Amino acid sequence: MKVKMLSWNPDNYVRETKLDLQRVPRNYDPTLHPFEVPREHVRALNATKLERVFAKPFLASLDGHRDGVNCLAKHPKNLATVLSGACNGEVRIWNLTQRNCIRTIQAHEGFVRGICTRFCGNSFFTVGDDKTVKQWKMDGPGYGEEEEPLHTILGKTVYTGIDHHWKEAVFASCGQQVDIWDEQRTNPICSMTWGFDSISSVKFNPVETFLLGSCASDRNIVLYDMRQATPLKKVILDMRTNTICWNPMEAFSFTAANEDYNLYTFDMRALDTPVMVHMDHVSAVLDVDYSPTGKEFVSASFDKSIRIFPVDKSQSREVYHTKRMQHVIRVKWTSNSKYIMCGSDEMNIRLWKANASEKLGVLTSREKAAKDYNQKLKEKFQHYPHIKRIARHRHLPKSIYSQIQEQRIMKEARRRKEVNHIKHSKPGSVPIVSEKKKHIVAVVK
Amino acid sequence: MNVNRVAESLLALSQQEELVDLPKNCPLSENEDEGDSDGERKHQKLLEAISSLDGKNRQKLAERSEASLKVSEFNVSSEGSGEKLVLADLLEPVKTSSTLATVKKQLNRVKSKKVVELPLNKEKIEQIHREVAFGKTSQVLSKWDPIVLKNQQAEQLAFPLGKEQPAIAAIEHALSGWKARTPLEQEIFNLLHKNKQPVTDPLLTPMEKASLRAMSLEEAKMHRAELQRARALQSYYEAKARREKKIKSKKYHKVMKKGKARKASKELEQLQKVNPTVALEELEKFENARMMERMSLKHQNSGKWAKSKAIMAKYDLEARQAMQEQLAKNKELTQKLQVASEIEEEEGGTEEVEELLVPHVVNEVQMNVDGPNPWMLRSCTSDTREPATQEDPEQLPEPATHEVSESEGERPVAEEEILLRDFEERRSLRKRSELNQDAEPAGIQETKDSSSQEVLSELRALSQKLKENHQSRKQKASSEGTVSQVQREEPAPEEEAPLLLQRPERVQTLEELEELGKEDCFQNKELPRPVLEGQQSERTPNNRPDAPEEKKEKEQLIDVQNLLTTQSPSVRSLAVPTTIEELEDEEERDQRQMIKEAFAGDDVIRNFLKEKREAVEASKPKDVDLTLPGWGDWGGVGLKPSTKKRCQFLKAPEGPPRKDKNLPNVIISEKRNIHAAAHQVQVLPYPFTHHRQFERTIQTPVGSTWNTQRAFQKLTTPKVVTKPGHIIKPIKAEDVGYRSSSRSELSVIQWNPKRITTRHNKELKKNSVG
Repeated sequence: MKVKMLSWNPDNYVRETKLDLQRVPRNYDPTLHPFEVPREHVRALNATKLERVFAKPFLASLDGHRDGVNCLAKHPKNLATVLSGACNGEVRIWNLTQRNCIRTIQAHEGFVRGICTRFCGNSFFTVGDDKTVKQWKMDGPGYGEEEEPLHTILGKTVYTGIDHHWKEAVFASCGQQVDIWDEQRTNPICSMTWGFDSISSVKFNPVETFLLGSCASDRNIVLYDMRQATPLKKVILDMRTNTICWNPMEAFSFTAANEDYNLYTFDMRALDTPVMVHMDHVSAVLDVDYSPTGKEFVSASFDKSIRIFPVDKSQSREVYHTKRMQHVIRVKWTSNSKYIMCGSDEMNIRLWKANASEKLGVLTSREKAAKDYNQKLKEKFQHYPHIKRIARHRHLPKSIYSQIQEQRIMKEARRRKEVNHIKHSKPGSVPIVSEKKKHIVAVVK
Repeated sequence: MNVNRVAESLLALSQQEELVDLPKNCPLSENEDEGDSDGERKHQKLLEAISSLDGKNRQKLAERSEASLKVSEFNVSSEGSGEKLVLADLLEPVKTSSTLATVKKQLNRVKSKKVVELPLNKEKIEQIHREVAFGKTSQVLSKWDPIVLKNQQAEQLAFPLGKEQPAIAAIEHALSGWKARTPLEQEIFNLLHKNKQPVTDPLLTPMEKASLRAMSLEEAKMHRAELQRARALQSYYEAKARREKKIKSKKYHKVMKKGKARKASKELEQLQKVNPTVALEELEKFENARMMERMSLKHQNSGKWAKSKAIMAKYDLEARQAMQEQLAKNKELTQKLQVASEIEEEEGGTEEVEELLVPHVVNEVQMNVDGPNPWMLRSCTSDTREPATQEDPEQLPEPATHEVSESEGERPVAEEEILLRDFEERRSLRKRSELNQDAEPAGIQETKDSSSQEVLSELRALSQKLKENHQSRKQKASSEGTVSQVQREEPAPEEEAPLLLQRPERVQTLEELEELGKEDCFQNKELPRPVLEGQQSERTPNNRPDAPEEKKEKEQLIDVQNLLTTQSPSVRSLAVPTTIEELEDEEERDQRQMIKEAFAGDDVIRNFLKEKREAVEASKPKDVDLTLPGWGDWGGVGLKPSTKKRCQFLKAPEGPPRKDKNLPNVIISEKRNIHAAAHQVQVLPYPFTHHRQFERTIQTPVGSTWNTQRAFQKLTTPKVVTKPGHIIKPIKAEDVGYRSSSRSELSVIQWNPKRITTRHNKELKKNSVG
């Protein structure tokens, strides 16, 4: 008798280790797997829904300050350490993993206007309303020692901001003028002025480190070159710019947070037209910070919310708010690009996830594959109306919501008026100004 | 010497004067109004000349009376001598002394030098400086353009960008500033020293070194690989043995055992040839087994199992077989083995034994295997089976005939109905042919005639048929047996006939049938046809809707579809004289004829109708094959899902009625589906330039259901990848292969705006442009 047996090659089904998945032979014949588009559409829809379901961005609130948080700084070497200065002159150092304050310093009398860390991470600088610049050690004082700054520089005027060079022992402060200091000296190595007005913030370019940008209250943004000790160019906008932030991946682009509810991304070589106008806030934008990947940035606003914008989009992709969060004064994106911190009026520092629905912690390879696939599907079907509607849906507090409606109506009315004006005047006599150019008053050489 | 010294000092002084004086002397403002002052001066001279005409030719010394612009700060007025102060005037006294020739030369050289320009004002200078600095900076920045572009277009960006080498300090460095303090540490150090553990690099004891030398890495690897392979093989075999042991099938084990026995015997044969002594030992083993069997008689019918089987053997065929097998086994075991000398005989014997041992079925196969062609085998078996299949039809037809005879009672009524239906069918057919012919308006009358003729002929044919039927019924009543016989033979050819009926050119076949009917050679041939037709219509559901439609067509007196083609029936009122009508008709006909001749090529109406028909056809939902192979039955290559299933899933949904159903001269496109529109993308998204491009991206699936693992991973790579817990630093020039801006450049330069002059200004401008 002949016995017929099914013979299997063990290579096709035996897994190498117990932890491996069982091997499943697959037939990729397309006729066996019909309806690929509808099936993927459904998957994309589900992924989008789940993204909204799991969108819980708020992580922690660090409380301890006894006045509004006026400035924030990241530690350059340590992800878990954050520094903050308050309106009562108090500086606190926080540990994010433990979510507690590890050190408190009464640094200044009056506001702590600015805080920045040295690139090595061993010390940090603060400026305050008491016309002083102080350098502090990052580690606390030893047992029995007093809490004292390493150096104190007494200035003639109030300093409103400070930033440290990314590579060298040089820092810049701003107030009446932009001063560049050597850490070892008590006098600035050079002071740069252009016009007479108080300068609210100064920022070093992280890529081409000799470049500086500052914004003054006479509505302008001024760029400086530290090597030649000269200002480079000035652009005057409609309203005051509160802060600027350089893109850490693109040497020439920076974003300005403006009082007219908008943010402007500039290419510093062509200041007459911003590359992008980001408009979603409904009140003055107070601070902006780039993601270390340079693809997105976060902005803090007076309208009690923070928003995340892609660099190349004019609309925000995310808005964060809480009932208790008041006017957000400072915002920072952590240097691993995963989290966002914001310091607000009501004395708290809040920690958010940069991707609202992201799962924290280590992912298994399968989880990772599923995440990537879902992301891809969402991207692929993002234009479909139902998916778009779900993905774009956000709950907003009533104040912001009603403001948005109101401003939409205003904008529409303005647009209509403009169109009518053009329509009823001699063709060519009324110039059509693009939205980008509308907000630029002048560029001064 | 003295004179020389004096001359040199004078020269130096004059040079100084020149240097200080010249720039002051010719500022732009004074140069500009030189003409004016010249005029004034001339005027004054004229006045003086007039005054000197009095006779007192006195020289008036230049004296300052009031503050004026013209006053030189050295109080050297040029007015006295007449013209501008020139260097040559000052050198006048020197001319006489020949010793000062060198000085003169030098002075002449000084004279030839150009005037230094005036510096710009501070604002202007600052602006120029800024512009130049900006130009330089933007030049420096533009080197980042390609990198930024590359990063923007990159499929994937992995952060942090630069590969950071983890700084691991060598152990020597770590140890250098450290001493063993605690007793534990000291003990450990002692141990290390005892084993001659070197503290510095390389960190290997002599023992380790020796072991390293003993076996090279490759050898060790090979050795390990071999061991692994052996282990793997062993585990495989173990697993296989375990699996085989688990198999419960007795048949399988039996077969296996037999196979083994056969193998053993073969080996024995070979052994006898190669190594007779070993073979003898083997034989002894067999002998032993035989003895054991003989002693125990294990395989005879004395066992418990054998007894039970013996009881069952009466009724059960399998039991009987099992018994036989056991006995065979017994025989085999107890048989005395022949010695090597009688190999050939033994071979025959073994074969016999085998034949005895193996069950019948296998026997057959083996016999067949002996035959030359294995394919003949199957045909043989099929031959054997054929009689059975042939028997079946013999059994079946009897009930069939019974049925036929039983159903004959109901026939007459049915037949009449069928005939009526036949008639209707023909009528509808005729109508259709009429429609076709209507397109040619000229031939209407003729067709009408022909159609009337047709009707007549049909009627005739039908009446004949009815007669025939009656006759046939009579015949049937008389000889039922013969009819049944005929019918029994008929079905095979008749099976094919219905296929013909379905074709569009049924007219011909009908005519043929009529002719056949007229011929009246074989009356009964007509009989089963309608029945079959009925069956057929039942069988094929596709056909079913045709019948009601045909009925509908009959009922509809005015076909909406044909409104365009059918001539509106001209209502003839009796009051109108016929002659005029005829005239008009003639005129019309002429006109029509002319138009027809003019537009002989294009038949617009028919084209339109055709177009509309096509549009309707295109918009009709097509049958979609939704059968999923492998669901509910076997699937695979060459296998088709069952007809039942195909019927179940081959459905086209009935769409809503067309909007232009009742509008004969309009085509309303129904391509846009309102229900689907809500789910569709309305505007082409940004990066796409054509809708087809977008569609293509949507239609290529991403999931692992449709793609291989590799492709799936490639398709779903995220755009930005970050390492958890790593700080992402800003991009550095060194990361992308650029030289970072040097330290010397970074030093802060103080600049003096006073130095810059208009000439510099021009140069700077050139730079800024370039």
